[in-house]
Amino acid sequence: MKWEYSPAPESSAIADINDRYMPFIDGAFKEGSGEDRDTINPGTGEKLSTISTVNAGDIDRAVKAARRAYENVWSTMPGAERGKYLFRIARAIAERSRELAVVETLDNGKPIKETRDFDVPAVAQHFFYHAGWADKLQHLGLGSAPQPLGVAGQVIPWNFPLLMAAWKIAPALAAGNTVVIKPAETTPLSILVLAEIIADADLPPGVVNIITGAGDVGSMLVNHPGIDKVAFTGSTAVGRRIQRELAGTGRKITLELGGKGANIIFEDAAQDQAVEGIINGIFFNQGQVCCAGARLLVQESIADEFIERLKQRVETLRVGDPMDKNTDVGAINSKAQLDRITALINAGIAEGAELWSSSCLLPKNGYYLSPSIFTSATPSMRIAREEIFGPVLTTMTFRTPDEAVTKANNSPYGLSAGVWTEKGSRAMGMAASLRAGVIWDNTFNRFDPAASFGGYKESGFGREGGPSGLAAYLDTDDEAVVR
Amino acid sequence: MTTREVSPQSADPLPSHLSDATADEASLRRFLFGLPGVDPVGIEQRAAGLATRSIKRGSKLAALDLAISMVDLTTLEGADTPGKVCNLARKAMLPDPDNPETPHTAAICVYPDMVPTAVVELRGTGVKVASVASAFPSGRSSLDVKLADTKIAVDAGADEIDMVIDRGAFLAGRYGTVFSQIVAIKQACGDARLKVILETGELATYDNVRRASWLALLAGADFIKTSTGKISPAATLPVVHVMLQAVKDWKAQTGVQRAVKPAGGIRTAKDAIRYLVAVREVAGPEWLDSYYFRFGASSVLNDLIMQRRAQLDGHYSGADYVTVD
Amino acid sequence: MNHLAVSKTYKLFIGGAFPRSESGRTYQAHDTKGNFIANAALASRKDLRDAVVAARKGYSVWSKATAYNRGQVIYRIAEMLESRRTEFGKLIMISTGGSTKDANAEVDAAVDRLVHYAGWTDKLAAVMGGANPVSSPYFSYSTPEPTGVVGILTPSGSSLLGLVSVITPVITGGNACVVIASEQDPCVAITFAEVVATSDVPAGLINILTGRASELAPHLAAHADVNALDLTGADLELRASLEQAAAETVKRVYVPKGQPDFAAAPGTARLRAFLEIKTVWHPTGALSLSGGTSY
Repeated sequence: MKWEYSPAPESSAIADINDRYMPFIDGAFKEGSGEDRDTINPGTGEKLSTISTVNAGDIDRAVKAARRAYENVWSTMPGAERGKYLFRIARAIAERSRELAVVETLDNGKPIKETRDFDVPAVAQHFFYHAGWADKLQHLGLGSAPQPLGVAGQVIPWNFPLLMAAWKIAPALAAGNTVVIKPAETTPLSILVLAEIIADADLPPGVVNIITGAGDVGSMLVNHPGIDKVAFTGSTAVGRRIQRELAGTGRKITLELGGKGANIIFEDAAQDQAVEGIINGIFFNQGQVCCAGARLLVQESIADEFIERLKQRVETLRVGDPMDKNTDVGAINSKAQLDRITALINAGIAEGAELWSSSCLLPKNGYYLSPSIFTSATPSMRIAREEIFGPVLTTMTFRTPDEAVTKANNSPYGLSAGVWTEKGSRAMGMAASLRAGVIWDNTFNRFDPAASFGGYKESGFGREGGPSGLAAYLDTDDEAVVR
Repeated sequence: MTTREVSPQSADPLPSHLSDATADEASLRRFLFGLPGVDPVGIEQRAAGLATRSIKRGSKLAALDLAISMVDLTTLEGADTPGKVCNLARKAMLPDPDNPETPHTAAICVYPDMVPTAVVELRGTGVKVASVASAFPSGRSSLDVKLADTKIAVDAGADEIDMVIDRGAFLAGRYGTVFSQIVAIKQACGDARLKVILETGELATYDNVRRASWLALLAGADFIKTSTGKISPAATLPVVHVMLQAVKDWKAQTGVQRAVKPAGGIRTAKDAIRYLVAVREVAGPEWLDSYYFRFGASSVLNDLIMQRRAQLDGHYSGADYVTVD
Repeated sequence: MNHLAVSKTYKLFIGGAFPRSESGRTYQAHDTKGNFIANAALASRKDLRDAVVAARKGYSVWSKATAYNRGQVIYRIAEMLESRRTEFGKLIMISTGGSTKDANAEVDAAVDRLVHYAGWTDKLAAVMGGANPVSSPYFSYSTPEPTGVVGILTPSGSSLLGLVSVITPVITGGNACVVIASEQDPCVAITFAEVVATSDVPAGLINILTGRASELAPHLAAHADVNALDLTGADLELRASLEQAAAETVKRVYVPKGQPDFAAAPGTARLRAFLEIKTVWHPTGALSLSGGTSY
């Protein structure tokens, strides 16, 4: 029997999108002196709101506000009290969770099912986890009174706007730093709602400052001499540039950059769950994830049957309106990103790989792409080496575990890898041999504030989450110096 | 919703890799242990994810009607009497007297000695008579007793037989014994369709559920069924995911479509709709038919009726407005 | 008849062997009074290239050793150094012009430094890693792993202790290194290489090049098969340009916050700088089917 699901739209009313949003500096929303920018709903292609952006003078103001707050209020406040502010923020996020989820879906294009069930709960948990660390820094193994670094300049990407804000703000504050943070130009809204929550929590002015704008604003921020610590999440190309620009300044940096994660399926894998893991790995968040399982390495002995299963499952994915509660795959974040992905798909075809795409219908308006799989790909193809950052899987085979390790590690990136096998010793052995910062056995895309996340090699350095993530915002240089 | 006529079981020739598996117990064991494993965390996550599907408006009404038409309305109590069975039969035929267009249920399910009463009540109504058999619920007796139990029901006119597998033999690794019992009871069924109850709660692992599903399908089961409803856990979404995957794979390998029945623990319309989502997205829309999917339940029917009314009337219903039979 | 001394030829230490520079070049090492001590090899870019290859090989052997085994090897370096303390004392005095007392104190400190790090190898994972109490049905742990091959610029001024203090924490964490020795102390550095060569250290784990940091370091910083840099021995101007070059391959760069006081107890910064935290997730499966009843 044909049984189609009726449209099940989440109401957008709760988001109450303003006509205009302003930067949040020194505890207040005030007009910036930069050019106005529009922010678009990628699900429909329509304008959502106008954003006032900052110029160099505003950035200076923000850094000075952060410095004042650091010197006068935040660095002298007992950790327990800092923690209580963070707990307040965590609870308020949970209270306004539906609103935040809707705003995020409208501004980013990811399905409401994801923002509701993953992004926003993870954001609340991240603040809650770090709140508890604020008065326990002496237990990190970094000495009896580890000191914060000062003012942190943070630049975050558009793929998980609110979650990335949480990953930056929470540990920085828990460790005693103040922050100036810049959201991506296509996704400024959710962090500005977070700013309201922060203001309602009575966080002292200047502890968190949010500056809006594009790449030039980010560049000015990380190069500002008043910044002690730079934290950047984004592309490897920009990460390299930031590291180069900061050479010789003594400024502490952490970078969380791109990846080309290998999802490795052995012949003894629990196949149905492995299929789910691949789906999650490359189609969650439309594949716009640094740790996506972008390369499928499947053992040759089961490859044909497995890929057939995979395609059948991909056909059942519901692609469309991000605000529909039954949508599995939403919109690509911007026209620019859609074009980038399409260019790489064309490169894959030109290089001789075979492209299969889901037959799903795509909405006429907005930026959408059918979930796609490349087979007959070889390691030398661009689609096997370069980060696509979209719902496109590149598939290759391997014969033995050693070959799987070699192929998986054969990349300048090293952020994540997935291993699917029922054999415990092999799972452990693969986890030890894969050169990646996160190894998922029989699962994928699992995150938790207690479990550090970060890359090897050109996927960046430094970690977020867990004790090592906190260490990134503390002065850990305990070597004695000659006076 | 279409119904299918009961047809003689055609002896579809199995592809050789499947018929070889049934050559002897050793081959059967090798085959069953060669099936891919099931990761419990992964499958529970998929089941939980599908359970968040939002089924509203037109699709909800369609789902409610479909679910009602799939119910095997059940009474399996020591205290069952002809009076109780008659009431049940009436309810099955006309679930919502105030809304007579409501579909009738697929079947009622009773003990073998209640079959004659049920058959008389339901003659010509389209509601089937299903009977448990084979020393339900424990399955702990000789094959002769199990066959005699089946014969009672079949001779009395049961359309469907719900047998239990020998879990003791399964857990002791005697898969050949489990297999041959199913084959024998299938033979005794004649034209009646055979549902094979795996009693998944006693099988205890998803891997065992997968193996038992394939074993039953190889032995000729028309339905694989989760539970007797007498122990906990009974049917759960992840267990049914495994079974839906089994019949989907069976059809891919043999061309023949077999059926699935969760039983026990399905209390609300919301539960039932979640199962329908699982059927649609794991097995496929071809299974959305009472010939290929059933609910073994009793109390869920009233919730289905009340939800159906709420959809049509625009306000919530109450327990006083539905019959208790 | 007086014995005519057979002077030592100071060569490079690469892949466990002592080759001359492929460029055939040398430079003169002098004591503090300006007297000639020896001709030291002047390493070239190609020597550096060979050293990186050797380091990568040494790393792959070292990473298969257990932490206990690595601790024992580092302890053996301490044993070998102790057994040659008189020789090193003399070399330090010639190179620095200091007293016997100071030279002996420096050898003491260097030996003790090695012993200190020998005891760290099998404790790093406990101190820097652990189980992660995630809120989902997984066993998750984080553990430190070596970053790979580290390029080290040795500081001048503290000939033996400085050398030991920059090399040992790097290998303690499981890394291999390519060390550019201080230009003033080639003899101490290469004699230390002899100690390493007799300590069961895998070939290529430690490679020591004598020569000009300004010439060699840029190649080290740009080399794509070097994972990290320790710029302790680089002056400020060189540091900035090396950090820039390192950015091309997103190298991890360690720069001390001041002039290190190697006589003081070492902290953990030099250990942490060259360790990557790896996080692993593994499902803890349901042992029954009741996990599915929460609907």
